[in-house]
Amino acid sequence: MTRALFTHLAKDLRIEWRTLDAMISMIFFSGLVVVLFSIAFDPRGAFSQQIAGGVLCVATMFASVTALNQAWAREIRHQVMDAQRMVPSAGAELYLAKTIANFLFVSIVQIVLAPFFFVFYNLHIAGDAWQLALVLPLGTWALVVNGVFFAALSIGSRNREFLLSLILFPIFIPALLAMVQAVTSILTGDGDPALWIKMLLGYDIIFTTASLLLFDVVFHAE
Amino acid sequence: MTTNVPEAGRSTLGARPENARPTNAQLVQVSKLFGTFAALRQVSLSLEPGCCYVLLGENGAGKSTLLRVLAGLLRPTHGTVRVFGDSQPHDARARIGYMSHAPMLYDELTAQENLRYFSSLYSGRPCLTPAEALRQVGLDPDLNRLFGQYSQGMRQRTSLARVLLSVPELLLLDEPFSNMDVESVRQMVALLAGFRQSDRTIVLTTHQREHAAPIADFVITLHAGRVASVDPGSPTQ
Repeated sequence: MTRALFTHLAKDLRIEWRTLDAMISMIFFSGLVVVLFSIAFDPRGAFSQQIAGGVLCVATMFASVTALNQAWAREIRHQVMDAQRMVPSAGAELYLAKTIANFLFVSIVQIVLAPFFFVFYNLHIAGDAWQLALVLPLGTWALVVNGVFFAALSIGSRNREFLLSLILFPIFIPALLAMVQAVTSILTGDGDPALWIKMLLGYDIIFTTASLLLFDVVFHAE
Repeated sequence: MTTNVPEAGRSTLGARPENARPTNAQLVQVSKLFGTFAALRQVSLSLEPGCCYVLLGENGAGKSTLLRVLAGLLRPTHGTVRVFGDSQPHDARARIGYMSHAPMLYDELTAQENLRYFSSLYSGRPCLTPAEALRQVGLDPDLNRLFGQYSQGMRQRTSLARVLLSVPELLLLDEPFSNMDVESVRQMVALLAGFRQSDRTIVLTTHQREHAAPIADFVITLHAGRVASVDPGSPTQ
């Protein structure tokens, strides 16, 4: 399992390093969302603390979808996926590697975005800052693990980009709710985000397990 | 090897007693429907080791579908496919090499990187090194250019190199000579002749019968998903 997983992952990282396709589109898109929201709402005072969590999560979500729509584009382009279906390694390894790669891409975008986010919204963290390092990866994983799976599921569809958003967003709502509440709680210092973090963890475990178990069916579908 | 001219509604090649030579692949009354469109209709074939089968036919005759069914990438709607004994094609996929119209490689990687990636996925199976596979198809392994910048002929050869990596016993080649110059075709035919002599089975589709003639043991013509004719070839290599 491990060798094939690393082989797929190294390939995805190498290609992204050369092209920066996903990263550039995500950084531009999420940057635009952050700037537009800061113009639409007064970024001063307590109100910005209240909405900042939501803005961050929505920016991450929309930016991720631009990358997730292209998650399998290179595999479709020259029928590379057929060659991958012919090798004896399990499809779940390919899926997991693709998920980890996209998780890293989105995480890098979040790291790049964070300073701008704090400046534009005049933020200071009232709660435990270290909890952000738990909430954001868990929320990002929740988004990416489903996004990569449903992107693969919609490969055969003519309207796959539209279809991905249509399927992904409703399924992501519980994780989005938990992520927004936890981030807001950490930023404002109101309430304990522990429950929301546990909810994110449970969501991730359930959807990762289900996706890994089901991916081979999607992968080998005609 | 005996061949039967297909009966009406039933396409048969190589019908022989059960205790005759072993077969690498067998299709029994295979049909493949896409909705109401029948891409294959009751095709029966037995593919022997060390033989090259050339599939001819106009566009849409079912050649590519037949290869994809043999590769296990498509499941037959009716009939059975056996590869290497009782295995389903999917179970035997490590022993099958499939080359499609498309190169099935990443534009953003070099040929070496592409082949290294695929050879790493065949764990537990002795594979050629990427450099060996590239040399076999007449390409320079040290060429440090992205695959996307290759000419059509070079792409075709790299694609064949990917197929050769895992030393497959059943080679399924869809239009391997397209976009290739005469010299490259000659080299590829010589390479395939070597595989045929090492008891591997080759099934290839082409629109240029003359290119494959030197290695063709059987020429199968498909028409509207049926085997229209089966002619013994006259291989010279």
